Amino acid sequence: MAAEGSTFLFDAVIYLGAAVVAVPMAKKFGLGSVLGYLIAGVIIGPWGLRIVTDTQSILHFAEFGVVLLLFLIGLELNPKRLWEMRKPILGLGGMQVLGTTVLLTGVGLLFGLSWQVALVAGMGLSLSSTAIVLQTMTERNLLSTRAGNNGFSILLFQDIAVIPMLAVIPLLGISTEVTNDNAGWVSALTAFGAIALVIVAGRYLMRPILRIIAKSNSREVFTAFSLFLVIGISLAMQAVELSMALGSFLAGVLLADSEYRHQLESDIEPFKGLLLGLFFIAVGMSIDFGLLISKPFMIIGLTIGLVLIKMIVLILLARRFEIPVSQQGFFTFVLSQGGEFAFVLFGIATGFSAMPQEIADILIVVVAFSMLTTPLLLILNEKLIEPRFAVPKKTMEENIEPQENPVVIAGFGRFGQIVARLLHANKIGTTIIEQNPDHIERVRKFGFKVFYGDVSRLDLLHSAGLEQAKVFIMATDDRESGLETIQLIQEHFPHVKILARAWDLIHVYQLKDLNVEGFQRETFDSALKLGTDVLSTLGFEKHRAHRAAQKYRAYDLALMEKLYHVHQEEDQVISLTQQSREEIERVLEEDDHSFKSSDDHKSVW
Amino acid sequence: MLDKQYRVLVLLAHPSLHHSRINRALRDAVSDIPSVTVHDLYDAYPDFYIDKQREQDLADEHDLIVFQHPLYWYSTTPILKLWQDVVFERGFAYGKNGTALQAKDFLQVISTGGKAKAYQHEGHNHFTISEILTPMKATTQMCGLKYHDPFIVHQSYEISNESLVEHVLCYRQLLSAYVEDGSACFDKGIY
Repeated sequence: MAAEGSTFLFDAVIYLGAAVVAVPMAKKFGLGSVLGYLIAGVIIGPWGLRIVTDTQSILHFAEFGVVLLLFLIGLELNPKRLWEMRKPILGLGGMQVLGTTVLLTGVGLLFGLSWQVALVAGMGLSLSSTAIVLQTMTERNLLSTRAGNNGFSILLFQDIAVIPMLAVIPLLGISTEVTNDNAGWVSALTAFGAIALVIVAGRYLMRPILRIIAKSNSREVFTAFSLFLVIGISLAMQAVELSMALGSFLAGVLLADSEYRHQLESDIEPFKGLLLGLFFIAVGMSIDFGLLISKPFMIIGLTIGLVLIKMIVLILLARRFEIPVSQQGFFTFVLSQGGEFAFVLFGIATGFSAMPQEIADILIVVVAFSMLTTPLLLILNEKLIEPRFAVPKKTMEENIEPQENPVVIAGFGRFGQIVARLLHANKIGTTIIEQNPDHIERVRKFGFKVFYGDVSRLDLLHSAGLEQAKVFIMATDDRESGLETIQLIQEHFPHVKILARAWDLIHVYQLKDLNVEGFQRETFDSALKLGTDVLSTLGFEKHRAHRAAQKYRAYDLALMEKLYHVHQEEDQVISLTQQSREEIERVLEEDDHSFKSSDDHKSVW
Repeated sequence: MLDKQYRVLVLLAHPSLHHSRINRALRDAVSDIPSVTVHDLYDAYPDFYIDKQREQDLADEHDLIVFQHPLYWYSTTPILKLWQDVVFERGFAYGKNGTALQAKDFLQVISTGGKAKAYQHEGHNHFTISEILTPMKATTQMCGLKYHDPFIVHQSYEISNESLVEHVLCYRQLLSAYVEDGSACFDKGIY
């Protein structure tokens, strides 16, 4: 017992350590966390340092990361939104699975496989890796783009398509066991029965139970129940040979409208992150470099072939379904790998003798390798393809006429939008620099000049017309690179007046350090307005409440100056969070001592 | 057959009403009279962004416009000045086609800090109320409004309860009479 326990802890330390080392390094080099985990897996696995060898059981365990991931995705999608997505799911997803399966099966036949084996291989390889795709998309915040949305639809269809695939495989087997013709249908029926059960239970049972548990006011019990719920549903699904991921996704969707959504999200999130990381590590470990060494050309050739064929189908679909040109590259690359379901399908297929073991081994290595290619292809896409052919083409066109708009706004998110709309409504020419391609295509229609890209690039600032501009508005989400951009502009376009969106006092200090005096704290005025509403709700006359807020505003601005000087004289080494915590304390203390609420109208007749 | 009911718009403009017993009492005294609309400007526009169309519509719909305010520096409170600047525009209140206010009645209801005798030539303020209100009279003249003698409550921050009640009842009586009889009520010597 003791030995077993310590092995478990030992393994845990290995995985955690590998992740902690590999992921930040991969991110540092711009490779993304997925590739970091995969590399970590290769290094500690049987073909690397041989620290861990039992890859299969780890892989199986870590598949739960995918399950949790889908549960979380489900939580974001209520049934109504899911229904709205039915067209891309069935159309796009159906065509992807069908098209890829047909092509791959054809290739298999060319290689001289029997049609049964070729079909199993085609089906298994047509699926993409939910884990890699979703992790990549959430990491880059692309789930809400057209490409992200459609990619997600395809993944959903694939998860559903696994059901009939699993039902068909036994029929394709040449097993000596008597295969009952009904088996497929019976299991399909139980599958649908199970789904119906989840829906009914999710709709009518889950909420009351959650309410009771939430009332107990014990955080860890709620967490325990969250995990119990997801794992329970997954096991139930597995029992009827359904995709665990699909089951937990359904459960998520059914709870998307419930008041416990956020609680569930924050409880499951860390488990998902860890298990998903473990899953990628396990994939890295399971890559059989022995096969690669003995048949290098075959493995590499098959991997390239697989990825190419999948990409051809995807690019055709991207055109057919009118995914914006700038996103077609991402869409095509991100879904181009084989998926974890292939491992499952091929495992079962060998069990039913629908596929010879040696072919399954080769294909599994190919799938694992294809997973390795995705992060690399995406880097290629971001560094070479996207900047070249997506939007810069349009930037060039616009370059012919030099920009003469007096205002340039960096960032067209929640904040920049409002500023831009105000200017637009008052017929002020505005140029926008934005990194989210979706925003761009939408606002172009309204006559804004929009540039796609990274605002910290000097050439982009030139083509956005900073020479002619009078005002530059810094409204992007990234504080640090925003500050660097400001310095760049101060250096190269000293005549431009910079106005910036500030997050909090610390950010204000950073801006003041750069001599940027034109800033507004993004939440300050709206919070004061809400505070004014509170005062008048409590019976203050509206004008009195308004004056009180104005007075407090003036006081706070003066206080900000005062604290800035204190801050300047201070040791700068302490961390940002510590700074903000201390700043809050200081502000509250000052409020107690210096702010005297009073009425301005002393004449009372 | 019902007689026509005359309609009264009270534009209440006190920047700190919670301090003014008399202005609250005056407001409460008339707010329940049907066809009297009490419109608190500092409440409606705490940030001074006056809705011109809404205010012009209100002026249109009523027969008597009342400015209820404390006398601050011999004038209305600032929001009432702004209100005039915004609402009494050319083409509405004066100038070509500017006839919206023609023959409507106008009344100021004023609270002061000083005693009545301070508003005499030999008093503390050197001018009579009537003289002080000359600009207001000029404005109403220009807009075709019928100007009536103001309803004044002097020394209103130290007014006794009895006197307050007296004033308030008198004011209520005046507006009630206006609602029934129109401008004829101003000849009855109610105040």
